[in-house]
Amino acid sequence: MTGINYNMIPLFVALPLTVSFFIILFGNRVRWISDVLCTLSTLALCLLSLYAVGVVNGHGTITYKVGGWFPPVGICLVLDSLSCFMLVIVNSITMIVTIYAISYMERYTAKNKFYALFLLMLAGMNGVIITGDMFNLFVFLEIGSIASYGLVAFGTEEEELEASFKYMIMGSIAGLLILLGIGLLYSYTSTLNMADIARVVSEKNDSKLIVFVSVLFLVGFGLKGALFPFHWWLPDAHSSAPAPISAMLSGLLIKALGVYALIRILFSVLNATSFLPVFMVLGTMSMVIGVFLAVVQWDFKRLLAYSSISQVGYIMLGVGLGTPLGIMGGLFHLFNHSIFKSLLFLNSGAVDYATGTRDLKELGGLRERMPVSASTSLVASMSIAGLPPFNGFWSKLIIIIACVNAGHPVYAFWAVLASIMTLTVFMKVQKYVFFSELKEKFKVIKEVPFLMQFSMVLLALICFFGGLLLVPAVSGDFLQSAADAITNGKEYAQIVFQSLR
Amino acid sequence: MTYFLCMIVFAVGLYAVVAKRNLIKIIIGVMVMEYALNMLFVLFGYRLGGRSPILERYQEIKDIVDPIPQALILTAIVIGLATTALMVALAIRIYEKYGTFDITKIRKLRG
Repeated sequence: MTGINYNMIPLFVALPLTVSFFIILFGNRVRWISDVLCTLSTLALCLLSLYAVGVVNGHGTITYKVGGWFPPVGICLVLDSLSCFMLVIVNSITMIVTIYAISYMERYTAKNKFYALFLLMLAGMNGVIITGDMFNLFVFLEIGSIASYGLVAFGTEEEELEASFKYMIMGSIAGLLILLGIGLLYSYTSTLNMADIARVVSEKNDSKLIVFVSVLFLVGFGLKGALFPFHWWLPDAHSSAPAPISAMLSGLLIKALGVYALIRILFSVLNATSFLPVFMVLGTMSMVIGVFLAVVQWDFKRLLAYSSISQVGYIMLGVGLGTPLGIMGGLFHLFNHSIFKSLLFLNSGAVDYATGTRDLKELGGLRERMPVSASTSLVASMSIAGLPPFNGFWSKLIIIIACVNAGHPVYAFWAVLASIMTLTVFMKVQKYVFFSELKEKFKVIKEVPFLMQFSMVLLALICFFGGLLLVPAVSGDFLQSAADAITNGKEYAQIVFQSLR
Repeated sequence: MTYFLCMIVFAVGLYAVVAKRNLIKIIIGVMVMEYALNMLFVLFGYRLGGRSPILERYQEIKDIVDPIPQALILTAIVIGLATTALMVALAIRIYEKYGTFDITKIRKLRG
């Protein structure tokens, strides 16, 4: 198989790292250069990820050997259909958020440092997604996390610092637990390569150590991904950060660093399918508790953050079912949630930008003054609440059908209940922010700048047409093959070793 | 036995993070946890009476300690350094804003 450009794989990490370095170096000299560099690089990464989908569809899984060392001695980067799926989500949304941030971040000083950290976070996420090596995964995880701690504290006000500190202590503990898991796994299998670990684990008999390591990973990545008992840091961190960062954290970071890494390790590497009921129980609890906490919130962004916990619960429930349909529903919901939750956070940023407040009680009637933000947020609200024909409806429908098919009607009931509650939550948002009477002091506010409107409209369009991903004629096997990569997690090792030759 | 000791040190760090109220003590707790893990990693690669893993000519390769965990913890130490530096920087900024290191008094965020 010549003709495949293997060198494109490390670009997903190398490009954002290089650009963030250059932004720090040259950003202070010329004012516009950091905007242009950041936008161009994220655009390039977005196109590259779409190209990668084409390559993987044509050739199957491809791997890149870092430094030419053959695994298991060297590190390898693996690009399979699941990685491609995540790369497309991460890079496309990053591009849209970057466009938004150009205008939004004008309010802050040190915009260059923002871009540099932003791209570092992107490099970390991309690295976690494409890596095929356990320790490498940990390193990228920490790169992404440390950049995000900095970004949460970016405003350096009291709340932001406090939230960032909480987030950081939590993140460090999660990182250490993951590191402990990796260490134990290394001492058990004497290898760090994911595919090799999968081979060794499947050859050895069941051991209690694997169960222990799985629990460590579940707690560690569960903390990063804000699953139910580990969710307490998320509302603080996500509501304190600047709006584009909230969109990135809620839409992408908890999925790439938490959900994706957990799925990859438990399904492909450890093949610990006995953990699926735990996924389902935790997912359902996050789903229900998150949405009930969201209902009582009066801070726009805090409400969205709690609703993120609930939506991650849907993803875990879908994936935890373990049936092909459930996994596909979970992945599809992951895609949809990253779109509409980013959009909602961008909307909340737009409201904050125009009015200077996020308190639902103070806002009202912004529909007259901010038509674009209002209509895009209406689209996003309907998506997240699961009204047809928006994308959220289809993914929730698939998850609920999969629950019933797999013989778990109780979980289906909770999913429906949480969906109805989500509808309530977002009706509250719409009523208090955009619909009710326009307050006197907001008579003079203006709609946000064009670039912010542009990115919100773009996301709203994806929300509208996202349901088409289900139709194979439109998307090819994009979604299905990613779901298959999870379902056939056992074959991961074999596939990777084959592609190495 | 030594593995057990590492776990105790780890637990001590975790206790500091969970139970202490001073930001600096919490940071020290995180660092103690890190060091416990680093020790554990070195122990994974250690062999009783093993020699350093340097390949020399005319020398039989036997009883060498595993160098990979040592390489790993070098990376882990650097990551830990970055995290600690950021944590201390944040603690200083928090002290500037709130005038205290006591976490029970640093609570503007609720709900």
